[in-house]
Amino acid sequence: MSAPVIAARGLTKRYGKATVVDGIDFAVAKGEIFGLLGPNGAGKTTTILMMLGLTEVSAGEIRVLEHNPVREPLAVKRRVGYLPDQVGFYDNLTAIDNLAYSARLMGIPARERGARIAEALERVRLTDVGEKRVKTFSRGMRQRLGLAEIVMKRAEIAILDEPTSGLDPQATVEFLQMIEELKHIGVTVLLSSHLLDQVQRVCDRVALFQSGRIVLMGTVAELARQVLGAGFVVEVEADAATDLDARFGAIPGVGSVVRVGPDRYRLTADRDVRPEAARAVVAANGALRRLSVDDPSLMEIYTRFFRKQAGNEEGKRDAA
Amino acid sequence: MRREGSPWQGFGTVYVKELTDHISSIRMLVLGLLIFVISCVVVYFAIDNIRQTTAEDPFVLLKLFTSGPSVISLVFILSITLPVMAIALGFDSINGEHNRRTMSRILSQPIYRDALLAGKFLAGLTTLGINLLCLWLLVVGFGILLLGVPPGGEEIARSLAFMLLTLAYAGTWLALAMLLSIVSRSAATAVLVALGIWLFLTFLWPFLANGFAALIAPPDPRYAMLGLMDPTTVTWGQVLQRLSPNELFTGASVILLAPETRQASQIIDINQWRGAVLGAPLPLSESLAIAWPQAVALIAGVIVLFVAGYIVFQRQEVRA
Repeated sequence: MSAPVIAARGLTKRYGKATVVDGIDFAVAKGEIFGLLGPNGAGKTTTILMMLGLTEVSAGEIRVLEHNPVREPLAVKRRVGYLPDQVGFYDNLTAIDNLAYSARLMGIPARERGARIAEALERVRLTDVGEKRVKTFSRGMRQRLGLAEIVMKRAEIAILDEPTSGLDPQATVEFLQMIEELKHIGVTVLLSSHLLDQVQRVCDRVALFQSGRIVLMGTVAELARQVLGAGFVVEVEADAATDLDARFGAIPGVGSVVRVGPDRYRLTADRDVRPEAARAVVAANGALRRLSVDDPSLMEIYTRFFRKQAGNEEGKRDAA
Repeated sequence: MRREGSPWQGFGTVYVKELTDHISSIRMLVLGLLIFVISCVVVYFAIDNIRQTTAEDPFVLLKLFTSGPSVISLVFILSITLPVMAIALGFDSINGEHNRRTMSRILSQPIYRDALLAGKFLAGLTTLGINLLCLWLLVVGFGILLLGVPPGGEEIARSLAFMLLTLAYAGTWLALAMLLSIVSRSAATAVLVALGIWLFLTFLWPFLANGFAALIAPPDPRYAMLGLMDPTTVTWGQVLQRLSPNELFTGASVILLAPETRQASQIIDINQWRGAVLGAPLPLSESLAIAWPQAVALIAGVIVLFVAGYIVFQRQEVRA
């Protein structure tokens, strides 16, 4: 892993006595899609604003592209694109005029402006409506126009705050595709969301926020191993003369085998054990009818984690 | 530690955009037309007055500004309508960006907040200046056409000095409106408070100021017996009244536009009158010297209000 493009150490933000972000540490590598997850009010947006130098840091340190956003905000903001939660545009201007204004603020030279605006609109598929006023745009189109601004900026890091909240499923899918396209052109993406399945679909790594702290961080599979104990649930449906429980249990990596129906078994494992399970059925002269694997879902990790935590706290209270 | 980059980066872009917005906005068109129509009517009456009463006056052009039907003169009209126009220009300049949700997107571009605030303020001031310049040309043109007297150099100089004073007066209200638009997130609150302050300072304060003066320095009964005002009380009243920009503006404009005026206060300073020929006009430099304190007070008002807004805006949260 090369030097991280975003690195936070003990980053803290206080408003009066309330600590909104409480000593978080994380690093984002170049070219990855990093997800900030967590309920509303967990400190995701505040963390983002600190990365852009739009709000002051109370303690700790953050470096973005080797710059300190508090001291050198312009250097950071020149290379980082930001799509705020529910982005707004000047309604009485056209999409092109809105982008032209941002382009001037970015300091893009006049002769390049037209080409870069056209290219950005093309990428987010808004070329047809470039001359239309933003007033007539749907929520999804505004969000895409915000993305076009980041593309036009040729940002090295794109920070997207709740980009898909409030979009219809079709628009969401399209938007997630565009985020992946950003990754393909080498942009590092930082995505904040509380919509777990979407984050899971696009993110390489996630950090789970809870009341100002990062409580979990890593790839989805890593989190699953940490929280669920094992990451993969394999379901097998097979007829066999002999009992299959023992054979499945002998497969290395399998944590538990549960019989859920007359001929149905659920295996929990820390890796994908389908080939071994199939071999085991065949070895027992059984007929394999169905073999399926559930990817660990972030939703499950999330709910399990918070349930566990609530349980722990109750336990502590009981002990006291 | 100095911050990196120029605070003026992006200033020109913001300035041009805001100026375009103001000049093309219906709000400004309506207010501008209103002021022009009222002014034309007043100047027409002033010309009528001048024709009937003035035999020969070296400053006939200046009379266009100061006379009219009864107490209503162009100065009076401007003192009433310009604050409204300035408030209309400024009341939603900052909170409008928040409400449109464009603020965080604009501030994530490589500019400082200074550029945004200064650009908006100077664009508003320029809009007021353009309107005033048009008005001035209109009045002078009217004078030449209908009175047939070519304006003299000193008249032009005095009327232009008056226009600069008017700009400072309008600027005070613009700065106040912008301060309120920074402090209050609701444009409706900002405009109501601004208009409230304007009504209070313009129409109520002159009466209240005299009341407070009588409290601070109760008039000596010996003066009352002679049917005179106590000079201490009158001085206090004057001092308090000058807290209102309206009073400063009216006082200074009389000095500039009526060259025979020797003082801005009601208190007669005997030294000022020593050797004076009654009704003889003062040279321009003397008039400017007498009007200077009022003009400086207005300019200081602009600066203080702008700086207050600047400080609040710099520390303000970007998040909506």
